Amino acid sequence: MSDDRDPTRDRVEPAAEPADAVPAAEPADQAQPDQATAGQAKPAEPGPAASWAARFLYHLWSANIVTVTLLAVVLALLVGAVLLVISDADVRATYAYFFARPGDALSASWERISETYSTMFKGAIVDPAAVGRALDGSGDWAVVLRPISETLTATTPLVFTALAFSIAFRGGLFNIGGQGQAIIGAIGAALAGFLLPLPLGLHLVAVLLLGAAAGAVWGFVPGILKATTGAHEVITTIMLNSVALIFIGWVIGQSWAANPDRPDPISRPVENTARLPRLLAWLEPGLRVHLGIVVAVLAVAAMAWLLNRSSFGFELQAVGLNPDAARTAGMSVTTTYTLVMVLSGALGGLGGASVVLATTPYALTPQLIGNAGFDGILVGLLGRAKPWGVLAAALLFGALQAGGRRAQTGAEVSLELVYVIQALVVIFVAAPALVKATFRLRARRTGQLEGVAARGW
Amino acid sequence: MTVTETVLVEPTQFWTRERKAGTGLAIAGVVVTVLFGLLANTRPAAFTLAETVSGTAFTINGRFGAALFGLIGVAFAAALWLPEARRWFGWLVGGSLLAMVMSFLCWQLSDSTANVMPVGQVARSTVLLALPLIFGGLAGLLGERTGVINIAIEAQFITGAFAAALVATVAASVWAGMVAAAVGGLLIAALLAVLAIRYLVDQIVAGVVLYVLALGLTGFLFEQLMRADANRYNNPSRAPAWEIPLLSEIPLLGPVLFRTSIFVYLALALVIVIHFGLFHTRWGLRTRAVGEHPTAADTVGIRVLGLRYRNVLLGGLVAGIGGATFTLEATTNFNKGMTAGLGFIALAAMIFGRWTPVGVLLAALFFGFCRALAFYLGTIGSPIPSQFLNMLPYLATIAAVAGLVGRARAPAADGKPYVKG
Repeated sequence: MSDDRDPTRDRVEPAAEPADAVPAAEPADQAQPDQATAGQAKPAEPGPAASWAARFLYHLWSANIVTVTLLAVVLALLVGAVLLVISDADVRATYAYFFARPGDALSASWERISETYSTMFKGAIVDPAAVGRALDGSGDWAVVLRPISETLTATTPLVFTALAFSIAFRGGLFNIGGQGQAIIGAIGAALAGFLLPLPLGLHLVAVLLLGAAAGAVWGFVPGILKATTGAHEVITTIMLNSVALIFIGWVIGQSWAANPDRPDPISRPVENTARLPRLLAWLEPGLRVHLGIVVAVLAVAAMAWLLNRSSFGFELQAVGLNPDAARTAGMSVTTTYTLVMVLSGALGGLGGASVVLATTPYALTPQLIGNAGFDGILVGLLGRAKPWGVLAAALLFGALQAGGRRAQTGAEVSLELVYVIQALVVIFVAAPALVKATFRLRARRTGQLEGVAARGW
Repeated sequence: MTVTETVLVEPTQFWTRERKAGTGLAIAGVVVTVLFGLLANTRPAAFTLAETVSGTAFTINGRFGAALFGLIGVAFAAALWLPEARRWFGWLVGGSLLAMVMSFLCWQLSDSTANVMPVGQVARSTVLLALPLIFGGLAGLLGERTGVINIAIEAQFITGAFAAALVATVAASVWAGMVAAAVGGLLIAALLAVLAIRYLVDQIVAGVVLYVLALGLTGFLFEQLMRADANRYNNPSRAPAWEIPLLSEIPLLGPVLFRTSIFVYLALALVIVIHFGLFHTRWGLRTRAVGEHPTAADTVGIRVLGLRYRNVLLGGLVAGIGGATFTLEATTNFNKGMTAGLGFIALAAMIFGRWTPVGVLLAALFFGFCRALAFYLGTIGSPIPSQFLNMLPYLATIAAVAGLVGRARAPAADGKPYVKG
C-alpha cells in the first residue's frame, strides 16, 4: 500500500497552490474553533503558547476546504493508481504468480504508477531533465516553460466555463448548458473570424464580443423560460446542449463555412487577425499559452467585483439564496434570472471562443469543445463557485489535463484517466463527510462541514 | 360548523387547455395546408406497409395529398373546440399532428426521386431507435417518482454498454452480457444513491459528476483494454431476435413488434410491469407517496430512505439493460462515448411523458420517429437538413417543460433530500 502512496505525494503539490488561493474565509473561521473546542474534552487545541508548527498541524488536520480538497486529490490519484495496475496487461501478468513472487508484482505496479504520475508531473509543472539541460547550457530555458504553458492553455477555457456555471449557481440556477453555450460561442466567434474582414486588433475584439453574444443568446433562452414559465433550467440547458451539437454539425456542412480543401467535417480557419496571440511566442514558438488566459483572469476579477461589490451581485446572491425573500424585498426575480443566465451564457461563449481562436486548427469541428462544458461544472463545484476558487480549481484541472496529454504520448496512458481523476476529486469533495470519515479528520465544530456543503452545493 | 365548507368552483376560464391547443394546431394546420400544398409536386406519393418499396401501396397525388392531410389536421384541431373535447384531448392532438406529418411526407415524397415510402421500415427503425430511450426513461421515472433525480442515466447507459460488450465477449454469451450490463447500471445507481441519499450531495451535482466519471472510466478501459485486443474483449454477438408465430403475421405491426429483438419485448414488458406496479400495487402507492410528500409517508410508517435506495437501484438495473442495447443490438462493439447523449434524451422522454410509463413509451417513440424520419429523408435526398428534424425532440421537450403544450409537472419532492426529524 505504501508503494501506491509514494508517487502520489509529489503529485499533490500542484493541488496545494489552488488550495492556498481559496479566498480569505479562513481567518474568520479559524477564530471559532478556539471557543468551540475550549470547553470540550477533545484532543486539546494547541494554545497560543504552542509552537507554530503544532498549531499549523492542528489546523491542517481539521476538516477545512484546503485539507479536504488536498486529500480528495490524494484519494483520486490512489484510485487512478489502481486503475493503472488493473488495466495494464504486463502488470496484471505478474499478479498471476503473486504468491510465488510478490516482489515482481509490486515492483511492476510501482513502476507503472510512478512512470505515469511522474510523466504527468513533467507535462504539467516542470521537467527536471529540461531544467538540467538548461543549466548546463545544452538546452533552452524556453523549453522549461513548456509544461506551465500547456497547463495555462488547458486552464483557459475551463476558467470561462466554470465561471459560467458558478455565476448561475450563485444566482440559484443550475446551468448545465456550458457545453452548448461554449459550442455556440465558438460558432459565433469562428464565423466572425473568417467571414468579417476587419483590421488587426479590432477584429479580435469583435470576434470575442460576438462569441460572448452568441453564448449569451444560448443562455438567454433558458433564463427567460425559467423566469417567465418556471421551466427548469437543468432540463432546458441539457436540451440546448444537444441542439447546439447538432447545430454545429449543420454549420460545418454549409458551403459558406466548410473548408473546401478538406474532405472531413471542418470549417474554414479563422483569419490571422482574429486569433488570440501567443504570449510567449517571442521566446519559443512552441509555447502555446495565449492572451486568453489574461482575459480569463480579468473575467475572474470582474466576477469577483460583481459578486462582492456591485448591487447586482448582491441581488443575484439574494435571489439565489431565497427568491421569495428577494421578491419581498423588492428585487425582480424575473430580471435577475434572465440577466444571470445571459451573463452565464456569455462567459460560456467566451470559453468556446477561447478554444477556436487559440488552438490549432483554428476552425470549427464537431468535437471542438470536447467536454469543456462539463469539466467547467466540475471546476466550478471544486472552486465552491467563488471566482478565485474557480481560478485555482481550473489551474488544478488544467495541470491534470496537460499532464494527462503528456502521459498519453510519454507513458501510453489514455487521457481518460484524467477525467476519472477529475470526477473522483469532485465526488470526494462533494461529499466532505466521505473524506472526513476516510481520514478521520476532526470536524472543527458541529455542523461545520454541513455548513460548507449547504453553501457550496 | 359550516365554516369548513369550501365551495369548489370549476375555473371557468375561456382559454382552456383544449381551446389553446385547438387554436394553435388549427393555425399550424392552415399554414401546413397552404405551404406544403404549394411546395408539393403533382407527382404521386406512395406509402407501402411493408419494409420494401414494392407491394401494395397507398398512392395519392402529392399536392392533393399534402393539402388534404393538412385539412384533416385542421379538422382535428377544430374538434378540440367541441364541448366533449376534454375526454379526447390526447387523441385529437395526436390525430392532428399525425395528419400534418402525413402532409409533410406527401410533399417530400412527391418532390423526391424515390416517391415511395416503406412505412414498415421506418416503423421498425423508429422502435429500435426508441429502445434505449424507453429503458432510460423508465429508469429515470423509477428514481424521480420516489424523489431522486437521476441525471446519471447517461452514465448508466455507457457503463451498461461497456459491461455488456466486455462480458458478452469474454463469456461468449449475450445473456451474460445483459446481466453484466444490468450490474454496471446498478453500480452507478449505487454510487448515485449513496451520494444523494446518504451524503445528501445535490442530486444534479451527483448525476453530472457520475456522468463524467463513467465516461472517463469506460473510455479509459476501452483504450487500455479493448482497443489492443478487440477480438478478445470487444466482439459480442447480437442479441437474438424472436418471432411470435401468429402475431407476426399482422401487417405493419407484426414484423415491427413481433419479429424483432428480445430487447423490444423486454422494453414493452417493463412498460407494462412498471405501469401496473406504480398505479396498482402497494409498492407503487408508497413510491408515489414518498415522491410527493416524504414526511407524510414517513409518518404513516413507510421507510422513505429504504424505498428511495431500492427504486434508484432498480432504475440502475433498467438503465443498464438499456445500455446493453447499444452494444448487443444497435451495433456489436463498444466505442468511447457511443451513447452520445441519449441518456439525456431519455431524461427528456421521461419529462415529455409526464413521469408515467406509458408517457415514456409514447415520448420515446416520438423521439425515435423524429430520428428515423430524419435518417429516411436523408436517404431520399430531401432538401430539409436532417439536423433540423433531429433537433425537433429537444425543442419539443423545451416547449413541454415551458408549459407551451400543457404543463409537465414533476413529483413534488423530486430532487429534495429527505432528512428525518
